[in-house]
Amino acid sequence: MLEKALKGSPKYYIWIGFLLLLILGGSGVYMLQLMQGLTITGMSRDVSWGFYIAQFTYLVGVAASGVMIVLPYYFHHYKKFKDLVIFGEFMAIGAVVMCLGFIVVDIGQPQRMLNVLLFPTPNSILFWDMVVLNGYLILNVLVGWTCLECDRQHLPHPKWTKVLAYTSIIWAFSIHTVTAFLYQGLPGRHYWLTAILAARFLASAFCSGPAILLLVIMLTQKVTTFKANVEGIATLAKIITYAMVVNVFFFLLEVFTAFYSGIPGHMHSIVYLFKGVDGHAELVPFMWTAVALGLGSLCLLIPPRLRDNIKLLPWSLAILVIATWIDKGLGLLIGGFNPTPFETIAPYWPTGKELIVSLMIYSLGALVVTILFKIATEVKKETGASQKEAVPAEN
Amino acid sequence: MNHTRRNFLKFAGLTAAGLCVASAGGALAVSGAGSAIRDDEKVLKAKRWAMVIDTKKVGTKETIAVLAKACHAAHNVPDIPGKQNIKWLWAAGFEEAFDQPNNYMDEGLEKREFPLLCNHCTNAPCVRVCPTQATYKRADGIVAMDYHRCIGCRYCMAGCPFGARSFNFMEPRLHLDLAALNKEFPTRMRGVVEKCNFCVERLAHGKQPACVEASQGALVFGDLSDPASEVRKVLREHYTIRRKPALGTEPGVYYII
Amino acid sequence: MKLYNGGKIITGLVIFLGIFLAPLAYNAGKAAYIQPKLKMPENEKECVESKEFMRTKHMQLLDQWRDWALRDGQRMYVNSKGKVFEMSLQKTCMKCHTNKAEFCDKCHNDASVTPYCWDCHVQPEGLKK
Repeated sequence: MLEKALKGSPKYYIWIGFLLLLILGGSGVYMLQLMQGLTITGMSRDVSWGFYIAQFTYLVGVAASGVMIVLPYYFHHYKKFKDLVIFGEFMAIGAVVMCLGFIVVDIGQPQRMLNVLLFPTPNSILFWDMVVLNGYLILNVLVGWTCLECDRQHLPHPKWTKVLAYTSIIWAFSIHTVTAFLYQGLPGRHYWLTAILAARFLASAFCSGPAILLLVIMLTQKVTTFKANVEGIATLAKIITYAMVVNVFFFLLEVFTAFYSGIPGHMHSIVYLFKGVDGHAELVPFMWTAVALGLGSLCLLIPPRLRDNIKLLPWSLAILVIATWIDKGLGLLIGGFNPTPFETIAPYWPTGKELIVSLMIYSLGALVVTILFKIATEVKKETGASQKEAVPAEN
Repeated sequence: MNHTRRNFLKFAGLTAAGLCVASAGGALAVSGAGSAIRDDEKVLKAKRWAMVIDTKKVGTKETIAVLAKACHAAHNVPDIPGKQNIKWLWAAGFEEAFDQPNNYMDEGLEKREFPLLCNHCTNAPCVRVCPTQATYKRADGIVAMDYHRCIGCRYCMAGCPFGARSFNFMEPRLHLDLAALNKEFPTRMRGVVEKCNFCVERLAHGKQPACVEASQGALVFGDLSDPASEVRKVLREHYTIRRKPALGTEPGVYYII
Repeated sequence: MKLYNGGKIITGLVIFLGIFLAPLAYNAGKAAYIQPKLKMPENEKECVESKEFMRTKHMQLLDQWRDWALRDGQRMYVNSKGKVFEMSLQKTCMKCHTNKAEFCDKCHNDASVTPYCWDCHVQPEGLKK
C-alpha cells in the first residue's frame, strides 16, 4: 500500500518537501548537539529534564488517545467510529515515533541506548516505558496496516487483529500510566509525588489527544475526498468534553489537597507556577493563560449547541490543546523541578536550538502521520467508503 | 521453487542462531587460563560505610572549600561556571541542606554552612530508577557508578532528593586544568552523570576518603554495622541529624549539629 | 522461463557488484598489509598474559577487568603464572606502555577502530588543550 503515498497533488509534494526541509535543518542542529553535548539546551544541574522530556510526556498522551475511538468501536460496537478507527491507530503510530524521537535526542549518550536492552532492569520504570511504548507501536502497526489492507481487498479482518486490538486498548492505558509512574514514584519531587498523577495524565490525554486527532481529521476532510461520519465526530467531541471536565476536576483535587492541608512541600510548586516565588514568576503568565483557555474551552464544549456547531468546534479544540499543552508540556516538568531539592528556584527556558531539534521531531511525526493518512484516505477513496459525494454509509 | 526457498530460509535462520550461540560461548572464556581475582591486602572493608560530619568544626564556606578542593582534585572534577556545573562536595546553608526552615534559630546555626555530598542511601532512589544499572549499590553500602554504561538519561537526577548528582552537559576536559590532573583517576566524558563515590578507589588500597583526610578530624568515616567503629562511637556521643529522613532513603551521611 | 524486467534486474545486479567489489579493485596491486611496529616497554618483557593472548583478547580482558574492579570491588588480578597486577588501565597498563600514540593508536588506526577508552581515561602522555 506504500505506493499510495508516492502519488499525490503538487500541494502534497510541497508539504512533504517542507517537512523534509525542517527535518534536515533540525538534524543539523542535532548534529551540533551530538558534538557539543546537551549544553546547547537550557537545562541545568537543577532542571535536568526539559522541553524534550515534556514533549515526550505530552505525546505519550496523544498516542494513548486513539483508544477513545478504538474502545467504543471494539468494546461497545459503536459503528459510527468505523471510519475513524484507522486514523486513531495511525495517529498513535506518529505520536509514538515522536515519543521515541524525543527520548533519543534527550539522552546524553544515544549510541549506548541499547544498554537498556543489554542490561534489562525491571526495577526501573524507564525500562517498562521502553517496553510498553515499543509494544504499542508494534500493536498499532500490525492492526492498522492489516485491517486497512483487508478493507482494500474487501476481505473480512482476520480474527487475530481483533485480539490484538483488544490488547492495544488495555495497552494504551498502560503506556500513559507507566509514563506517569516515571514521575510519581520519585521521593522529594512533591508536584509529581501524588497518586492521582497517572489519572490526571490519562484524563488530559483523553481530551487533548482526540482533540488533536479531530483537528487533523477536519484538515484531512479539507484536503481529500474523505468525509467522516458527522455523528461520529459529535460523539468524539462529547468524549473530549467529558475528559476535559475530569482533567480540570483532578487538577482542582490537587489544589485542594495542597492548600487545605497547608503543607509547604505540596503548595510550593503550585505557588511557583501560578504566583511566583522569590521574585521568580517566569511561568505565571503561561499558567493563567492555560487556566483561561481551559475554562474557555469548557464553556465552548459543554453546551450542546456550541459543541455541535461544526464551525466553532475547531476553535474550541484548538484552545483546549493549547491549555493542556501548557499544563503538561511546560508546567509539569518545570513545576516538578522547582523548587529544587535545596528549596531554591532554578528558572528554565528552552533555547532556540532546543526548539529547533524539537521542531525536527515534530516534523518527523507530521511526516509519518501525513504518509499514513494519505494511504488511509486513498484506500477509502478506492473502496468508496466514507466519501464526500456518497450518501453517508449506513453502517 | 517455493519449497527450496523455504529450506534456504530455514538453513539461514539456523546458521544465524548457531553463530549467536558460538559467539556467546566464546565471550565466556576470556581471561588467561588459571587466572584469579582478589582484593588488595590493604583494602578497607565494611558492611555499611557511613560518614559523620562535625559541622561545628567544618561550618564555614572556607573550611568546606578545603574539603571540596581535595575531593575535586582527586577525582578530576571540572570547575564549570554557570548552572550546568558539576560538584561532588559543596557548601550550603541550613535551610538548603535540611529542608526545614526554623524561625528564630540560634545565630551560630543560622550562619553555619554544611558540607553536602552524596548520601549513599540504603534505599537509594537513583539505584532504583537507573535503567541500565550504571548506578548500583555495592555490598558495602556505597552507591557507585559505572560511567562506561551510563546512557545519560538523567532519571537518577530526577530521582535523587538531595541534588547530589551532576550531568556532563559538555566536554568536562574543557574546564579542567589538564596539567594538574590526577593521573591515577579518569576524567568523565560528555553525556554521563557523575557524583561522589565515597572514594571507593582509595578504600580499595587502604586509604581514607580524600575529604576525610583533608578534614583534620572533622569528618569521621567507618563501618556503621560495627558497634566498635569510630563512626558508631561518634554517633553515640553526639546529637546528629540526617538530610530529609522522612523520605525513607536512609542516608549514610550524619551531621553533628 | 522468462525473466521479467530483465534489463532493470541485471543493471541493478551490475551496480551492486560494482559497489561490493570496489574495495578489492581499489586495493588491487598495492603492497600487502604489514603489521605496524609497536613501541614495546623497555624495562618489562612480559605482559599480564602472553603476547598472543593480549594481541587478540586485550579488549575482552579490559572489559572483564572493568567489571571486576568497578562492580565486584575485586581489584587484583593474579595471572596464570601467579603474578599479581592491579586491574587498572591507567595504573597498570599505561605504566609500562607509556605511549598511547606509539602503542595503542598504531593498530587501532590501521584497523580503523576508535575505542572510547580515552574519552575518560587519561593517556600517559598527558592531555593537551
